[in-house]
Amino acid sequence: MATIKELSLQEDRLTGGHRMCPGCGAPVIVRQVLMAVKEPVVIVSATGCLEVSTTIFPYSAWKVPFLHSAFENSAATMSGVEAAYTSLKKQGKIKDEIRFIAFGGDGGTYDIGFQSLSGAMERGHDMLYVCYDNQAYMNTSIQRSGATPRGASTTTEPAGKVKQGKVMTRKDLTECMVAHNIPYAAQSVCGDWRDLTKKVEKAMSIRGPKFINVLQPCQLGWGYPMDKTVELGKTAVDTCFWPLYEVENGKYTISYKPKDKKPLVDFLKPQSRFRHLFKPENAQLLSELQADVDKKWALLQKKAECFGA
Amino acid sequence: MAQDLGWKELPEGDTLKAGTAAQFHTGDWRSKKPVKDEKTCINCLFCYIYCPDSAVKVQDGKMIGIDYNYCKGCGICESVCPVKPVKAIKMVSER
Amino acid sequence: MVQVVAKTGNEAMAEAMRQINPDVVAAYPITPATEIVMIFSQFVADGLVNTQYVPVESEHSAMSATIAASAAGARAMTGTSSQGLALMYELLPIASALRLPIVMPEVNRALSGPINIHNDHSDTFAARDFGWIQIFSENSQEAYDNMLQAVRIAEHPKVKLPTMVTTDGFIISHCLEKIEVFEDDVVKNYVGKFPAYTNLLDLKNPVTLGALDLQNYYFEHRRQTAEAMKSAKEIILEVGKDFGKKFGREYGFFEEYKMDDAEMAIVCLGSIAGSAKSVVDEYREKGVKVGLMKIRVYRPFPAEEIASVLERMKAVAVVEKADGLAAKGGPLFDEIRSALYDKKKKPSVIDFIVGLGGREVTHKHLNEIFDELKDLAATGIVKELIQYKGVR
Ligand code: SF4
Ligand code: SF4
Repeated sequence: MATIKELSLQEDRLTGGHRMCPGCGAPVIVRQVLMAVKEPVVIVSATGCLEVSTTIFPYSAWKVPFLHSAFENSAATMSGVEAAYTSLKKQGKIKDEIRFIAFGGDGGTYDIGFQSLSGAMERGHDMLYVCYDNQAYMNTSIQRSGATPRGASTTTEPAGKVKQGKVMTRKDLTECMVAHNIPYAAQSVCGDWRDLTKKVEKAMSIRGPKFINVLQPCQLGWGYPMDKTVELGKTAVDTCFWPLYEVENGKYTISYKPKDKKPLVDFLKPQSRFRHLFKPENAQLLSELQADVDKKWALLQKKAECFGA
Repeated sequence: MAQDLGWKELPEGDTLKAGTAAQFHTGDWRSKKPVKDEKTCINCLFCYIYCPDSAVKVQDGKMIGIDYNYCKGCGICESVCPVKPVKAIKMVSER
Repeated sequence: MVQVVAKTGNEAMAEAMRQINPDVVAAYPITPATEIVMIFSQFVADGLVNTQYVPVESEHSAMSATIAASAAGARAMTGTSSQGLALMYELLPIASALRLPIVMPEVNRALSGPINIHNDHSDTFAARDFGWIQIFSENSQEAYDNMLQAVRIAEHPKVKLPTMVTTDGFIISHCLEKIEVFEDDVVKNYVGKFPAYTNLLDLKNPVTLGALDLQNYYFEHRRQTAEAMKSAKEIILEVGKDFGKKFGREYGFFEEYKMDDAEMAIVCLGSIAGSAKSVVDEYREKGVKVGLMKIRVYRPFPAEEIASVLERMKAVAVVEKADGLAAKGGPLFDEIRSALYDKKKKPSVIDFIVGLGGREVTHKHLNEIFDELKDLAATGIVKELIQYKGVR
């Protein structure tokens, strides 16, 4: 497990000069992921905030090889890159040890890219897929996705007079990936550099398909001051809204158990997407959301007990 | 790359050299800028590891300053700086 | 050097793929192209190729992985048909924008709906403006020859464009014919080493591929693709000629059958040319000066070349297996008429839409078409510009 000092010795693989919003969590995730990889790395990204803002022709923020093709095919695209590598390496045409990392936002991963991701994981390509999950389609102005949590107001499922934002509970993608029986699936956050870099380091030591779902606070879509990105990520973890855990060959490990679990409102309150929940008439919904977090957290602890290392 | 190349001069195939965004400066997005206090900084490098814009410069494990060409003034560096009671990075108005 | 074997269109294409020995194949089954993938998978299982085979979960992923593999410096192929091609549509222009010399066998099948598994040309015609070279084949031999040439064309430094080679579903894909195949080494030498113009895996020269073009660059990049398509014309001819020199069968943009002294012509593409040629023979015996033009290269569209042959005619009947559904005729008719517009002397051109969804194009249909063409040549009077033939 590398210290920040050690991580800082490697030159940044994502330059400044990209056009992500100020205070965006996505480039923080990308930087930390890439810092944790020692080997040469090749990147694929789905269409999305990250891809459009880092590669506006003729300016690319990627110092490592980077390929984008479409929205829903980041994992399939990486399958092709990895297959080319495997083939050329077998034929002796490539000598380098290369690592492969595909990025996708929640839209490109939970929704439109779900099939492509599922296929790639099932086929067993040697890649790490990192979802930077900001819980809505932020690139196109905050439309709801399968990752949007219940109760959040988005532009396509807004809070109104008769509806209180998203009706359904969000899809649990990390568990979907666990169900693929891949060697490594984990959940991390933009807000705990140690957790994320450690998980990436571990993922890099494993050959085969790996998946890390990283919660990424988005100041624009979530509605909070731009300097609070890291803080809000931490709060998501401390409230158990977003537990940090990993599943290695079926074995669950909770990476961090908050000493005193904070109430969910600590996470919801600073965000304008949840503002409507604090109206008196929504008290019931708010308590249901808390109950849901509690239930899932209890279940995760049970899993860690039953299927722990 | 020079702007406004015609189709004959442009490299073929939607291809770019890596890292050219370094030539694109986003510093003018800022309304506040982070200023570091040399004396109180403990070189924990939290600001470095959480900066979205690769704008915190580190050399030999030491935080040596901010690259204002890229810094968008988000204030994350200030917010994560652990030094108490006064942070070693302060956001100050550009004006 | 040459072996005569019996092969279906699919077998011929799979055999060509084995001999080309691509680094990566990513494919998904679809009728009537499935056999290509099945046969090729067996080659992989038997260790006859160096190919890394990616058994993807959809054609969308097949094309995504093929694009990526090609971008990573590998010779990459896939194969598909109809709905599969339609699922790839989103990605086809990305392959050409990245200038990736992918070669793809495509077995022409009607697009849904209603769902149908039989032949027409609606699938590849709908993909005509995606910057892919499209080469049609009349039979298994042509399918085999075209596959080999496609590699040379696509990978030529002046071209660098993806290329699809088509056959007619079931009619060619499943029909056993005697064809000549070359020895493995001959093909290996013919296709040569993959040039890898784009190489994502080159760590010393890292690149960003597929960047976002805004208003200031998109147009220039599109123009580049258009210009590359135009320069492909010269290379297609060069490769076709050279193939003739090496192997005895020369290829061009189209085949002219008894066109030298013809006063009227049938224009078609694909397997229908076989039966149409025999009808030409019949009418020639009756003293009718009719000829046939079989389009081989549909993209880049050889408009000038086609027009300079057809301008000599009094009348032309385009016979095509695709419909514009209330466009001005089928796609081929549209473009041929447009190509002739600049000519001083223009023949009358009529359109026959035939064989949709695998409907048989009978001898009787062809006779009716020839009769009408003959009338048109004699009178110059167009009775009906666009006609459906063989529909109840
Ligand atoms: S203000 Fe934001 S962009 Fe500027 S150095 Fe601090 S963290 Fe980086
Ligand atoms: S976070 Fe604060 S103390 Fe740590 S290196 Fe940055 S300025 Fe110095």
